[in-house]
Amino acid sequence: MPTRIPVVEKILSANDRMAERNQNTLDQADVFAINIMASPGAGKTSVILKTLETLQGRLRLGVVEGDLASSIDAEKAAAAGLPAVQINTGGECHLDAAMLSDALPALPLSEIDLLLVENVGNLVCPANFQIGTHLNVLIASIPEGDDKPYKYPGMYRDVQALIINKIDLLPYVPFNMEYFRRGVEVLNPGLVTFAVSAKTGEGMAAWTDWLVERVKTK
Amino acid sequence: MAIISLVIMHELAVTQSILDISIRHAKEADAKRVTDINIVIGQFASIVDDSVKFYWDLVAEGTIAHGATLHFERIPGEMTCEACGHTFRPGDISFECPACSSVQVRITQGEEFRVDSIDVE
Ligand SMILES: Nc1nc2c(ncn2[C@@H]2O[C@H](COP(=O)(O)OP(=O)(O)O)[C@@H](O)[C@H]2O)c(=O)[nH]1
Ligand SMILES: [Mg+2]
Ligand SMILES: [Zn+2]
Repeated sequence: MPTRIPVVEKILSANDRMAERNQNTLDQADVFAINIMASPGAGKTSVILKTLETLQGRLRLGVVEGDLASSIDAEKAAAAGLPAVQINTGGECHLDAAMLSDALPALPLSEIDLLLVENVGNLVCPANFQIGTHLNVLIASIPEGDDKPYKYPGMYRDVQALIINKIDLLPYVPFNMEYFRRGVEVLNPGLVTFAVSAKTGEGMAAWTDWLVERVKTK
Repeated sequence: MAIISLVIMHELAVTQSILDISIRHAKEADAKRVTDINIVIGQFASIVDDSVKFYWDLVAEGTIAHGATLHFERIPGEMTCEACGHTFRPGDISFECPACSSVQVRITQGEEFRVDSIDVE
């Protein structure tokens, strides 16, 4: 006769515990880390490179690249003279806490103030996998359309900042900003939002200034 | 194609986690075998489909949870209107309250993502 045992444990709880350990490691080294999530092509790498360019000299920066495709993104950061690590996810659709844990020892943490982590391009699941960063940042881009909050509500729930990228394309692509923001407001009331173009640089200063403030007041 | 393979990988991690949690709790109870696993997944929490059952046979092989039946309780997404109190299932093009058209609404259900209980022998 089977007996029922109550469990009530969050799926991926082991990942969450590992994420907490990562955050402790980062805190001890005084590193502020952000996890950048978006669909493929939304502009994660472009926003990161523009952020590095803007903040160079103001903060000591480091990069972790988790994108599936190749190590090209990490190479770009390394070419800019920054500590960078590429995580090969082996086809996995998201970074998890164990992967970041493996990457951290490869970085000179004591020489980094701000660590930018590019997650694998995907709107389905990265939000389920905390990795231990201090901020989760979601990038939405204009060509993806204004209905993304309604189609992927889960991705908008657990982020602390939203970047709307490719606003230079607003004149050419139908995108109802009011409709988009209304959906976001329901899912994540008061979410800090930046409208930017990584291409022209428009709006990037507001994002990087806010980021510097967050690093200072951590 | 690409999207499909992405989701599959994601569910392998979910399957492994369900197995680890179940075995840990079964062993704490000195159980010899896990027969059933009751899982609760909300609509907003994660996309988890039947591929979990497919992976289950692979990852549970050789463990005390081998052959266990997975039961999924699906919790639909639910929003509540702060203006009129109406509770409704949101559509995928609008979160507007169908009763009063307010957009002052909040998610009140659908973020569950847990192993609720296991049946053991
Ligand atoms: N027009 C425009 N294109 C952009 C912008 N940001 C990125 N892109 C382009 O979008 C494509 C994907 O960018 P990438 O940064 O590689 O996206 P990722 O896959 O999210 O890392 C590239 O061709 C970029 O040049 C932007 O603000 N405006
Ligand atoms: Mg990229
Ligand atoms: Zn209402």
